Amino acid sequence: MDDFGANCLSLIVPVTFLGAAVIGLVRMPDEDVRRVALGTALIGLVLGLLGTCSFAHIDGPAIAVLHDCAWVKSLGIHFLLAVDGISLTMVLLTGFAATAGVLFSWNVDKRVREFFALYFALIGGVYGVFMSLDLFLLFVFYELAIIPKYFLIAIWGSGERRYAAMKLALYSFVGSAMVLAGMVAVYVAAGAETMNLIELAEKARAGAFSDSFQAWAFPLIFVGFGILAGLWPFHTWAPTGHSAAPTAASMLLAGVVMKLGAYGALRVAVALFPAGLAQWADAIALLAVIGIVYGAGVALVQRDFKFVIGYSSVSHMGFVILGLVTLNEVGLSGAVLQMFSHGIIAGLLFGVVGRMVYERAHTRQLSMLECMGLSKALPFAMGTFVIAGFASMGMPGFSGFVAEIQVLIGAWDASPKFALLAGVGIVIGVAYTLRAMNQVFFSDAKPEHELTVPPAKPISLPEMIGAVMLIVCTLGIGLYPRILLDLIVPALHNDLFQAMWGGGGL
Amino acid sequence: MSYLELTRMAGAEAILAIAVVVVLFFDLYVVRDQTPGTRRGFAAALSVIGCAAGLMFVKLMGGEGEIPGGMLVLDDLTRIAKMSVLGIAAFAILLSADNDFTPHVGEYYALMLTSTIGMALMVSSENLLMMFVALELASLSLYILVGFNKHCAKSSEAALKYFLFGGMSAAFMLFGLSLLYGLSGSLELDGIAKSLQHQGADPLTLAAMVMVLIGFGFKVAVVPFHLWAPDAYEGAPTSSAALVATGSKVAAFFLMTKFVMTAFPASLGSGGWRAFEAGWAPAVAALAALSMIIGNLGALAQTSVKRLLAYSAIANAGYAMMGLLGNSGQGMASVMFFAVTYAAATLGAFGVVSAVERNRGGDKLADFAGLQKDSPWLSFFMMIFLLSLAGIPPLAGFFGKFYLFAAAVNGGEDLSLMWLVVVAVAMSSVSLYYYLQPLKQIYVVDRPAGAGEFKGGFALWVGLVGLAAAVVAFGCAPDLLVDCLTRGGVEAH
Repeated sequence: MDDFGANCLSLIVPVTFLGAAVIGLVRMPDEDVRRVALGTALIGLVLGLLGTCSFAHIDGPAIAVLHDCAWVKSLGIHFLLAVDGISLTMVLLTGFAATAGVLFSWNVDKRVREFFALYFALIGGVYGVFMSLDLFLLFVFYELAIIPKYFLIAIWGSGERRYAAMKLALYSFVGSAMVLAGMVAVYVAAGAETMNLIELAEKARAGAFSDSFQAWAFPLIFVGFGILAGLWPFHTWAPTGHSAAPTAASMLLAGVVMKLGAYGALRVAVALFPAGLAQWADAIALLAVIGIVYGAGVALVQRDFKFVIGYSSVSHMGFVILGLVTLNEVGLSGAVLQMFSHGIIAGLLFGVVGRMVYERAHTRQLSMLECMGLSKALPFAMGTFVIAGFASMGMPGFSGFVAEIQVLIGAWDASPKFALLAGVGIVIGVAYTLRAMNQVFFSDAKPEHELTVPPAKPISLPEMIGAVMLIVCTLGIGLYPRILLDLIVPALHNDLFQAMWGGGGL
Repeated sequence: MSYLELTRMAGAEAILAIAVVVVLFFDLYVVRDQTPGTRRGFAAALSVIGCAAGLMFVKLMGGEGEIPGGMLVLDDLTRIAKMSVLGIAAFAILLSADNDFTPHVGEYYALMLTSTIGMALMVSSENLLMMFVALELASLSLYILVGFNKHCAKSSEAALKYFLFGGMSAAFMLFGLSLLYGLSGSLELDGIAKSLQHQGADPLTLAAMVMVLIGFGFKVAVVPFHLWAPDAYEGAPTSSAALVATGSKVAAFFLMTKFVMTAFPASLGSGGWRAFEAGWAPAVAALAALSMIIGNLGALAQTSVKRLLAYSAIANAGYAMMGLLGNSGQGMASVMFFAVTYAAATLGAFGVVSAVERNRGGDKLADFAGLQKDSPWLSFFMMIFLLSLAGIPPLAGFFGKFYLFAAAVNGGEDLSLMWLVVVAVAMSSVSLYYYLQPLKQIYVVDRPAGAGEFKGGFALWVGLVGLAAAVVAFGCAPDLLVDCLTRGGVEAH
């Protein structure tokens, strides 16, 4: 990677936090706040794209170190920002989701400055997680993201927002507490001199972590991260949190925050503890498959439009977790691709449900929405939802298809029974998506008593731009997945994963 | 031992003693006829100058030394501890400058300074007698400070409870110290360690050790010796409670850590899971676990923010006890780092509470409703302090906890202390719930009708800005403090 690319990438985190600080501290009219917010998100996205281009041309399996300095000398903790193909994929995802989130929250008018300041504090934390290769630093950014989520939901949310916000904060914090305990154990077991994930991987390969240690450290860390990734049965924060959150926050929660969990599980638990993974792969795969089928099944019977999407996230994240424990190249790259793909599609779905429909119809009840004739009132929303629905179902041509098929192939290689069960989940996925689509947009049900439908404001320009951007992303990856796979697959063989390939998966 | 040497060793304490006299006389003769506000301003300013001068003295004089018999000891670590205590006292005084509950301004600040002298002597002594006298000087001043609000029955009740519990703990401590003296024939920590090193875990030593631990346990409020804390914090004037919760804690933790690590190296034992071995380690492990559990669970039910901070103090004392189990320079450093950063955050939180009390008339959770509208900065500072206490990075509380956990696990054989870390992190997830309660009121709940126009004095803002800056700085760059502490710690062992 050339200097220019490295500079671009290392600027992303500071620029995002700077944006948060400027928005939070400088008094300016709401319109300017939105512009600054959009600017910050776009700068992050563009820097990520530039960095990725420069990385993709030169390095294959390499790890590009952006910034490395001692942080706490006596403990061997470094401020180490570095990227490989997997990090870059997630950085790009964050850039797209953040930009779309700003576009979809153009209409926020309550405490606008605080909203965007917290929004970018969250995004900065997310970028930080994806770019740090020092376990301690990664954890710092990981926890940093918890508090903004709480306030975003509790202040700007809808429905049972305070309950949902507290539930989400506590679930996240319990998860990160488990990771913290695991992190202390890893640190001490590896000689208490480094937190560098590459060096830890070297030590893991050299046998620093005994089998009996891995037998409890692996589930501690994997489940700790897994809570945020929507691992069944610790997923219940996700549907309540997603539905209570304001649109931009749901897009980020489902789009990138759940990926933090999966990413952490891959980087730490899967990469460092092959023996632990071998021991627990069956159990985790079972939970993942239950999550896929259960999430889809529950989505099928929801009455609230946003809950349908909330549970669908649980189901789709099940594929990521299943992919992680297959421990073969197809499955793992499928898992990472699914993280990207679901991030984009979930953003799109929540954009339609939370912003385009809810802000105009003021209800999320399917039974009320079906009487409103929304296909005529909001044709753009309908079109977007149909596309997003197809992408979410896993229609070929969209990114969801490539990702889920890879996970299924990987799972089939490792253990066909899990692949079969996950396949059932896909079928139910088609059913709940079509059901919701049909009820909201294509129903000709007549209301029992006359509903006064407020005249719908037309879909605004920012919404259209955001939707089109996300649709282009999912189509692009669906039609030519190698853009990302060329980044992901070589990265699975870099130094971070040197210990992993020695163990066994499912 | 010349007087010059003595001045060098006890210079800071001497400066504080002079400040006590100056504050009293200035208040009595110079500003007697002024308004209470002016008198407070002068007294607080003089006291802060006294503390700052003491701090500068410690910092600039440097050097090592010991007065024979371990009466006063000066090394890198003691210097840092002394500077922390003086700094904390200075901030506590700054935050109290708006207090209007008492006309006896001079006496109030003089007592704050005398208790600070006690704390400064506590951290710099390694002699049983001196230690006990210093401890009592600090405690007696604090008892009076807690009961200083004579118009409020709760304040007297708090003082009486604090005094009775404190007196009893002093009795335990004294008994333990006399046993130690009888066993070893020495009043110095090093001498005790030398003569006890072949005793192992002999019953009388263990009894002495337990007595001493009980004494310290009362001071730092660990379960089951914590019962005084919530009532004392709630009833006391907020600025007195702030000093009880911070300065006296830091000094007591430093002294306790030094005491057990230096005097009892031979009877460490082990508090490890399935590796239990009699000694002080299992006792400390039990105290730590109990405090974390009961402190955190107790805090859940509180509606008064001062009581909430009291339970949080109990829980935090539990975390800090874990560092003792490291039984190493690193363990010592981690306890000090945690205690100092905890003190900064708690002091700040008390400052905010006192401002809210003055403007809204209470410290109940409901009194914080919609504070962000009235005073965005005060709210922002409260968020920093509470989140640091909850252990959210990049604030200092997070690194403090991590450091303690790493030191504790590192000290135990073969990860045997992981069980304590698991208890600690489980309980810290509980703690997030109650730390979020005031923040929820501040940021999420709407302001009640009729509230508005928030007043805070200049000193309050200086204090809050300084403390918030410290919490953020020590969190983002822990090496600012860790470096000095580890250098000192390595030399001490």
